[in-house]
Amino acid sequence: MDSSASDDRGELEIRAIPARHPWRWAGAALVVLLAAMLVRSFLTNPRYEWDVVFSWLLARTIIRGLLLTLALTAVSMLAGILLGVLLAVMRGSPNRLLSGAAGSYIWFFRGTPLLVQLVFWFNLSALYPRIGLGIPFGGPEWASLDANALISPMTAAFLGLALNEAAYLAEIVRAGIVSVPAGQVQAAAALGLTRRKTMRRIVLPQAMRVIVPPTGNQTISMLKTSSLVSVLAIPELLYSAQIVYSRTFQTIPLLIVVSIWYLLLTSALTAVQGRIERRYGRYA
Amino acid sequence: MTLLRAERVFKNYGANEVLKGVDLEVTAGQVVCLLGPSGSGKSTFLRCINHLERIRSGRIWIDGELIGYRQAGDKLYELDENAISRQRAEVGMVFQDFNLFAHYTAAENVMAGPVLVRGEDRRRARDQAVGLLTRVGLADKLDAYPRQLSGGQQQRVAIARALAMRPKLMLFDEPTSALDPELVGEVLEVMRALADDGQTMIVVTHEVGFAREVADLVAFLDQGVILELGPPAEVLANPANPRTQAFLSKVL
Repeated sequence: MDSSASDDRGELEIRAIPARHPWRWAGAALVVLLAAMLVRSFLTNPRYEWDVVFSWLLARTIIRGLLLTLALTAVSMLAGILLGVLLAVMRGSPNRLLSGAAGSYIWFFRGTPLLVQLVFWFNLSALYPRIGLGIPFGGPEWASLDANALISPMTAAFLGLALNEAAYLAEIVRAGIVSVPAGQVQAAAALGLTRRKTMRRIVLPQAMRVIVPPTGNQTISMLKTSSLVSVLAIPELLYSAQIVYSRTFQTIPLLIVVSIWYLLLTSALTAVQGRIERRYGRYA
Repeated sequence: MTLLRAERVFKNYGANEVLKGVDLEVTAGQVVCLLGPSGSGKSTFLRCINHLERIRSGRIWIDGELIGYRQAGDKLYELDENAISRQRAEVGMVFQDFNLFAHYTAAENVMAGPVLVRGEDRRRARDQAVGLLTRVGLADKLDAYPRQLSGGQQQRVAIARALAMRPKLMLFDEPTSALDPELVGEVLEVMRALADDGQTMIVVTHEVGFAREVADLVAFLDQGVILELGPPAEVLANPANPRTQAFLSKVL
């Protein structure tokens, strides 16, 4: 022991009887009881039909739905991120028209339910029967397409998910940008960096630390929310299962199949998110 | 040769007049210290020189080039962002709070200007950064991130970062005010060496000792005007203005 710091009278030990926490024990006992009941019903209630669950878990139609869910999530999320960054930068523009436009976008897409937006996109042809490319306000039109052909259920699903996600991500990216101290921007300006370069090389990389965790949450949330597009009859994970149980009436087992897959995917994404977060936290 | 000329510079934030007609002329190679009480407009004036702040009226030239505007006949045209950035690249600035880029190492901070602004080759920029960091005594901290450095070390990296652009003029905005007292010396030493090398510098500071020993000119600012301007021996030893006298008696 370090003699300079210690007291030569020896230690005055504490050998006390621990305080009791009876309510904690009661709560724990209740939880154990409920868990035991749940497990027992899993094992003994024949209506779970576990054999059906396992027979469908790796079925081709389910796996195809799963892949579609993943693709839809990835593509919508990617488009949402790109549009979200653009909206966030616009939101911070000194030009009121630009920041106002971004604000209105966010207001609209966050203020209406995604399910409504999806159905809206699906029915876009009712509002704009033809969609064309040309000079507006009576100018010549180079090409035009039947909106019904252009807006397939898949396009409607992608548009609905991506445009809605962009509104949320814009706010997340904005929060990240604002979190970077003003001194960083000033130092960059003094060095001779343009605003664009400052944003790309100095601000956004530092904002990532704030942006990544909630974006991970949004991705996980998107994975689950994409099940909403089942209303557009897109055979993603949920709708693939619905097709099966509408035929076989094995509703509960197939919903369990779907839930197992969602749980596996969200768990995997959570793990990936943790790794990315550690990577961006390096310098802090 | 006149490197900086500021003529009748006025600046206000709303109703608050911060600069009320500042004139200053700095010859190449000179070190000018701006002294004055807080709120006197010293830092604002410094930030006007590289157009971080927009002035209301007046003119500022660096090396004969009008800052922030282009004059054609009797008309002034506001410069676009790229042109302003080019002008700023010629002027180095050191901040009170260092403002090192937090996601870059010391060497990367020093490389930032040459690589991101001038598009120089990374390897060459790295070599230059090593040289500059050695010059400020941080050869062993090349790959340290700012948070791993003390305030004095961070400020020396910031000086190296500014020097990497080979600036015509260096602006120091209270470079030692955020430092613990025992770290002030190492930063002032680097600045003194720079001055000895003939670097033109404008230094806003409260370090009267540094001003006395290093400055060619000392300007005393109060309430947005330069009250007194001259060699340190004059301004610091025999101030003519009673407000300069009052200020110096408080800080000395």
